Amino acid sequence: MSFVKRYLIPRLVQYILVTFFGLTAVFLFPRFLPVDPIEQQLSQYQTFGVYVSPEQQEEMMNTLKQLYGLEGTLWEQFMVFWKRLFTGNFGPSLSRFPTPVNQVIRNSLPWTIGLLSTTTILSWIIAVLAGGIVGYYRKRWMEALDILVMIIRPVPYYVMALILLILFAYVFPIFPLSGGVGIARGLTLSWQTILSIIKHAILPALTLLIVGISWQFQSMKLIVQIVRSEDHVWYSRTAGVDDRKLVFNHVIRNAMLPMITQLGLQFGSIFSGTLITEMVFAYPGVGWILYDAVMKADYNLIMGIMCISVIAVTTSIFLLDLIYPFFDPRVRYR
Amino acid sequence: MGKIKAVFYDLFKDYRFTVAFVVIVLLLFLAFLSVFSPYHPQRMYQVTRGLPPSLEHPLGTNWLGQDVFWQLTFAIKNSLIIAVVAAFFSRIIAVIVGIVAGYKGGVVDRVLTTVGDTTMVLPFLIILIIISMILKDWARHLSNLGLLLAFFSWAWDARVIRSQVLSLREREFVLVAVLSGMSTFKIVRKQLLPHVLPIVFTTFINNMSWAIGMEITLAYLGLGIDPTVPTIGTMLQTAIYRQALFLGLWWWLLTPIITAILLFVALYWLSVSISEYLDPRARFQRIGLKR
Repeated sequence: MSFVKRYLIPRLVQYILVTFFGLTAVFLFPRFLPVDPIEQQLSQYQTFGVYVSPEQQEEMMNTLKQLYGLEGTLWEQFMVFWKRLFTGNFGPSLSRFPTPVNQVIRNSLPWTIGLLSTTTILSWIIAVLAGGIVGYYRKRWMEALDILVMIIRPVPYYVMALILLILFAYVFPIFPLSGGVGIARGLTLSWQTILSIIKHAILPALTLLIVGISWQFQSMKLIVQIVRSEDHVWYSRTAGVDDRKLVFNHVIRNAMLPMITQLGLQFGSIFSGTLITEMVFAYPGVGWILYDAVMKADYNLIMGIMCISVIAVTTSIFLLDLIYPFFDPRVRYR
Repeated sequence: MGKIKAVFYDLFKDYRFTVAFVVIVLLLFLAFLSVFSPYHPQRMYQVTRGLPPSLEHPLGTNWLGQDVFWQLTFAIKNSLIIAVVAAFFSRIIAVIVGIVAGYKGGVVDRVLTTVGDTTMVLPFLIILIIISMILKDWARHLSNLGLLLAFFSWAWDARVIRSQVLSLREREFVLVAVLSGMSTFKIVRKQLLPHVLPIVFTTFINNMSWAIGMEITLAYLGLGIDPTVPTIGTMLQTAIYRQALFLGLWWWLLTPIITAILLFVALYWLSVSISEYLDPRARFQRIGLKR
């Protein structure tokens, strides 16, 4: 009971608060911008040279306001915003009118989630294992690996993606330049389609893996170096515990805990990180759609994706907090 | 003077610092050379276009009729200006927020940390893209883009400074200062700031690197700096946009890429070696005084 009171409830409260403030920021943010989407839309019609009578213009303005959720006072708009959120209906997409925002997101979300969840989890596992082993043994040849990581790590994601794209799609044309699946290939369930999807995903996945591993490898290595000089490890070693057992059961297990928190943050940056990946490789996911929406001032779509992103971030951090006690008995028995 | 010499003597023991220092000095020298450029940085068709590297044009010329070497000198200078402006202003925000939140505590602290936490869950790249789209004309200038970037990179470092100040506040020397009637402002300036400055210094370098990376990313999306003003980002983007790869002008594309890698690696190694030097535990490990 005290576990629930001491651990669970504060985290639940924090989760709800941060989600609430994040979503409020998403709501407020476009409204503070000096651009009025409605006026923009109307002036766009007027540039076509169509004569619109004042009554018609008034009516158009009202319809547009309704579509954007911009009716009434700020407070009323805020209520409409929450109502839309809870019913899961963000209205029609304005650049792809009349397709609803939900459907646009639903079409592109599987691509993003498929690519990013795989690479995030895989890079975390590889980084934890590699960082743990290198941090513990510190052999001579591992120094080379260390220097390699020291060179890869500071390079920003975009530059890294560009280098790999030039290398493996142009200099050595092994992988396709762009796209999520071969051209003129419907999304039917066949071996060839699946193979094509995998082939298109390898290069973006590789860039994400390299960057993700090098980031986490370093922090894992540092933590392991601290853990290995702790008394219990030293004691186990003198007591004759098998080295391999010591590394996996004692050192890596203990050093893993801060890394779990980092995994939560990693999941959080998925939505921001995916944008550049999908732009560089022309991958048909959420980032691609989002950039398109920003360029076309599609406010409903931007709001929809940003809301989902905020909820995904806070929820993944909260879920990790929930499973954390299973890894760390100190939290469980306090 | 002797003290500075001793510090550098210790730092140069770390090969990473030596390498990074040499690279940075070299890049600064290149940036300084831009003063003597015989060509205007933005004007096109000043030389024969598409020439490979030669004695006259050390890094060749591009398809727009510009000398790549002299373009590069301007690019390094401009990218560094953006980076320094961004790092300087974001450090100021981080220090103020961190110290106020940590030292004042209570409601002020809770409000500031919630604001910081909320900015961390927001998809910042998207917001940055939207803002730089709206302020397109304003963000075209070097220092303005630096200012814009500064507002996006203080939250994490403010958190680090806050936790540092939280522990400093409980220390005896601060208590002595409070009891001897020192004014709050003076306590902050004389007692807290000197302890916070090392963090500010290393995060300054990290933040410069982040700002240069953001500039490159924004330039790729067609945002940020005026595309005719050479920075590392716009140079790279122009080369890609004008199909340098398919025209076979590899020196045009490779120059900004290699410069960017050198700059990022040098800045990172500088910050790692300095923060290891400032953290005595890591320094002992280096010297060989490990358990």
